[in-house]
Amino acid sequence: MTTATTTNGAPHATSSSAKKSIRLRIKRCDGPGKPEQWQSFDVPLEPGLNIIACLQKIAANPVTVNGERTTPVVWDSGCLEEVCGACTMVVNGKVRQSCSFVIDESMAGQEITIEPMTKYPVVRDLSVDRSRLFRALERVKAWVPIDGTHHLGSGPLESPDDQATRYVLSTCMSCGCCLEACPQYQREDDPAKWDQSFVGAHALSQARLFNLHKTGAALKDQRLDALSDAGGVNDCGNAQNCVKVCPKEIPLTESIAAMGRAVTVHNIKKFFMGR
Amino acid sequence: MSTMSGSNTTPRVIVVGGGLAGLAGTVRICESGLPVDLFSVVPVKRSHSVCAQGGINACNEVARQQGYSEYEHFDETVYGGDFLQHQPPVYEMTHWAPRVIDLLDRMGVPFNRTSEGQRDLRLFGGSLYKRTHFAGATTGQQLMYALDEQVRRYEAEGRVTKYEHWEFLRPIVDDQGVCKGVVAQDLRTMQIRAFRADAVVMATGGCGLVFGKSTNSVMCNGAAAARCYVHGAKYGNGEFIQVHPTAIPGADKLRLMSESARGEGGRVWVPAIKGGDGGWGPHPDAARDPRQIPESERYYFLEERYPKYGNIVPRDIATREIFNICMDGMGVMGGNMVYLDLTHLGREYLERKLLGIIEIYRKFVGEDPAEVPMRIFPGVHYSMGGLWTTYSAKDDLRGMVAGAPDSMTTNIPGLYAFGEVNYQYHGANRLGANALLSCIFDGLFCGLGVVNYVRDSAERRAADLPQSVFDGALKAEEALVQKLTAAQGSENPYLIGRELGDEMTAASTVVKSGPRLEKALARLDELRARYAKISLSDTGMWTNQNLSYARALGDMLALADVVLRGGLERKESRGAHYRTDYTERDDANFLKTTVAEHDASTGKSRITFEDVETGLVKPRARTYGKTESGAAGAKKPVGATA
Ligand SMILES: Cc1cc2nc3c(=O)[nH]c(=O)nc-3n(C[C@H](O)[C@H](O)[C@H](O)COP(=O)(O)OP(=O)(O)OC[C@H]3O[C@@H](n4cnc5c(N)ncnc54)[C@H](O)[C@@H]3O)c2cc1C
Ligand code: SF4
Ligand code: SF4
Ligand code: FES
Repeated sequence: MTTATTTNGAPHATSSSAKKSIRLRIKRCDGPGKPEQWQSFDVPLEPGLNIIACLQKIAANPVTVNGERTTPVVWDSGCLEEVCGACTMVVNGKVRQSCSFVIDESMAGQEITIEPMTKYPVVRDLSVDRSRLFRALERVKAWVPIDGTHHLGSGPLESPDDQATRYVLSTCMSCGCCLEACPQYQREDDPAKWDQSFVGAHALSQARLFNLHKTGAALKDQRLDALSDAGGVNDCGNAQNCVKVCPKEIPLTESIAAMGRAVTVHNIKKFFMGR
Repeated sequence: MSTMSGSNTTPRVIVVGGGLAGLAGTVRICESGLPVDLFSVVPVKRSHSVCAQGGINACNEVARQQGYSEYEHFDETVYGGDFLQHQPPVYEMTHWAPRVIDLLDRMGVPFNRTSEGQRDLRLFGGSLYKRTHFAGATTGQQLMYALDEQVRRYEAEGRVTKYEHWEFLRPIVDDQGVCKGVVAQDLRTMQIRAFRADAVVMATGGCGLVFGKSTNSVMCNGAAAARCYVHGAKYGNGEFIQVHPTAIPGADKLRLMSESARGEGGRVWVPAIKGGDGGWGPHPDAARDPRQIPESERYYFLEERYPKYGNIVPRDIATREIFNICMDGMGVMGGNMVYLDLTHLGREYLERKLLGIIEIYRKFVGEDPAEVPMRIFPGVHYSMGGLWTTYSAKDDLRGMVAGAPDSMTTNIPGLYAFGEVNYQYHGANRLGANALLSCIFDGLFCGLGVVNYVRDSAERRAADLPQSVFDGALKAEEALVQKLTAAQGSENPYLIGRELGDEMTAASTVVKSGPRLEKALARLDELRARYAKISLSDTGMWTNQNLSYARALGDMLALADVVLRGGLERKESRGAHYRTDYTERDDANFLKTTVAEHDASTGKSRITFEDVETGLVKPRARTYGKTESGAAGAKKPVGATA
């Protein structure tokens, strides 16, 4: 009995496919303020390949198509199954997760272009700093204000329909695709300006998620105040690019419309209450 | 480069790791009034815990009224773990479980609901009761986000300081042998710093990467645990690695198809022919479309061999059965795969209950599990072993003492281990949906112990210790970086890493033997020698992932030694540890924890065995009602029984 095959079950790698390869054309940059340059790498095809697997192979042997030895490409990844949001890149001009970009035999000989996201400062190569995206979650108080962790019984009952609505909103993995695609979301490298810049579709949708929760709604007014200010929901130009690129198919335009209405009602109420 | 943090005398706690265990611990510690510095190599929201799909176990009212109880949950967990656990912590965890679910519910986790609006439940491996709570098939992600949000709330109040993209390099232990901080490196600027703390909680997860490809995330290399071990922490039960029965192979990782697929009714089968003697054999027409194969030629081997549990036998058993079926030539198309069939469940049902995993299969395999049976094979998944930790049991052994300062502390005072990185709760085999529970339970229950420990040790605050305590550790890590970047050898760390993974997978997963483990240890010597001759392809000091990987490889080699040597010394079969040369469980000699200590002079591990507390349930034969009739594969031993 041979145990060598235990988890290497990837079947039927034919030797002929080893000669076929795929070319990755990668935009590189050694760090903030450093010049950008393009480098191409050929990676032999094998079953079950995706962009991350190609980058791993390049890291092990960083030689360009011109035979030039270089440094391994720097990139971010985590789960490798499109659930952590780490590996967002611009692939063939479209923002997406690189781990779920599967490369099969039919793509032999093709070239794939890979660039870092453009709305965030590049750390190095394909790795960018998305701190602003997390800061936006703080801005809209994207949490349920529980009393504490002591045993205080269960949460509120919820209908399956309401659960379904919240669940999909709650699958947002802070990947930033919606922000990369949004014409209203401009790059802003100065943290001091983040809180006046457009929060983005993901945060608007999170505000909706927590306003929908019975206990989360305790902070509703504070969230709507934040969304009424500069960089709030009124900054959205309704281009609807965001919803088209969200890998989790979150109904972002629904969320934006819901928050738009809520902000309007909130401000009318505030006006009449003389606040 | 050598800067120092924390110079006032407010006590601080460092939590390393922002998965479920680290986040739950942070919430608990912060809530009790201590500030927390939270370290993670990735933004905490992207921690590996987001991968968990299936659910989280707890006794609930529906199950209770059918005869289930917290005690049953406890008993199942111990039986599932082949009795290798210390029982008081398991008792406490299972009795706390309903509270954990309630708390997560209050935090807003969108658990699936029944029509009345109650939390829905599903069946999971190793239990005959529905006691698994779930949020679609992305339960871990949803639990993580709820805790991440609570931590963000504390962060907004200035009570948590996050150090994301920082890598833990070692614990700092003072001249009294007490942990007083950590050395860590900013993975962007590559700055190395010493941080003072009055307690350090390791919550750094598992070590799948030691086996090359696994179901784990890329950060799960075990290096943080190995660094504690190399600096004096004991490691427990390292040889107990869970191989999950149902994963899909890929070039970069093995993607899990959650046990919930079987819990919700998925069936495992292979195409086969039933012989005259009632035994099954390989089917001659291997390449058929599975949808065309008649019922009479489908061998539902788990259902047939385990009529009571069927497809939801525990993982160690399902994995060995699948492995044996493939070794007997009955794998799909003669290869290393079996079918996991969901097609009979209907698209609507699948999308409502299992969407997350259905999508993974669609995306990565390009087929629709609602139409075609999935092709799956076992993959390395979880580490039952981990940093050795202690606890205070109640006098009657029924649980742990709440708030005891030694709750899940390692043998180094002040250094704690929570979550997958410790060795408690799961024994020789973890039951599905118990890991999320143990991680969150550790954070909540043992977090209080950390707080009490810090309060009790007020006379020696980290902030008041002389700088010299911290400088040595800092200098040593700086020197290691210098050494790695200056190295001019000919070996490539990535290739060594790949060979390590292949060897570990071949020698120390589903089936092991003394001679094979010895061979692997010899191989490890060779890899270690080659590791001493590596050079980096990137020697710069800005976001150098090459350096970080190469450094971790050294730690992975140390951990591999623990896993292999523990497996060699444990001359029995128990749970996930199955040896062809010792096929039976041996309680007389091995109802014991394997304890590994690092021997600095040889760089290898020293193994001893230590008694476990089994005072609540007596070990019994572990058969899961296996029938011996008819099954061709039954000639091979599967569940090791006493
Ligand atoms: C695919 C999959 C599905 C699963 N499904 C289930 C399920 O349905 N139910 C269940 O109960 N269990 C499940 N499990 C198991 C469970 O997910 C894990 O055991 C659990 O999430 C581990 O959590 P943790 O907090 O201990 O560690 P992790 O979530 O792994 O977090 C580790 C943290 O430590 C940090 N870290 C690591 N090393 C360093 C370092 N050197 N320096 C700084 N930071 C570091 C990481 O950045 C991360 O923040 C599953 C596991 C996998 C792989
Ligand atoms: S709809 Fe609004 S948020 Fe979405 S892309 Fe357009 S402008 Fe941006
Ligand atoms: S809303 Fe969608 S695209 Fe935007 S961050 Fe969340 S998951 Fe990504
Ligand atoms: S690596 Fe997690 S989404 Fe791609």
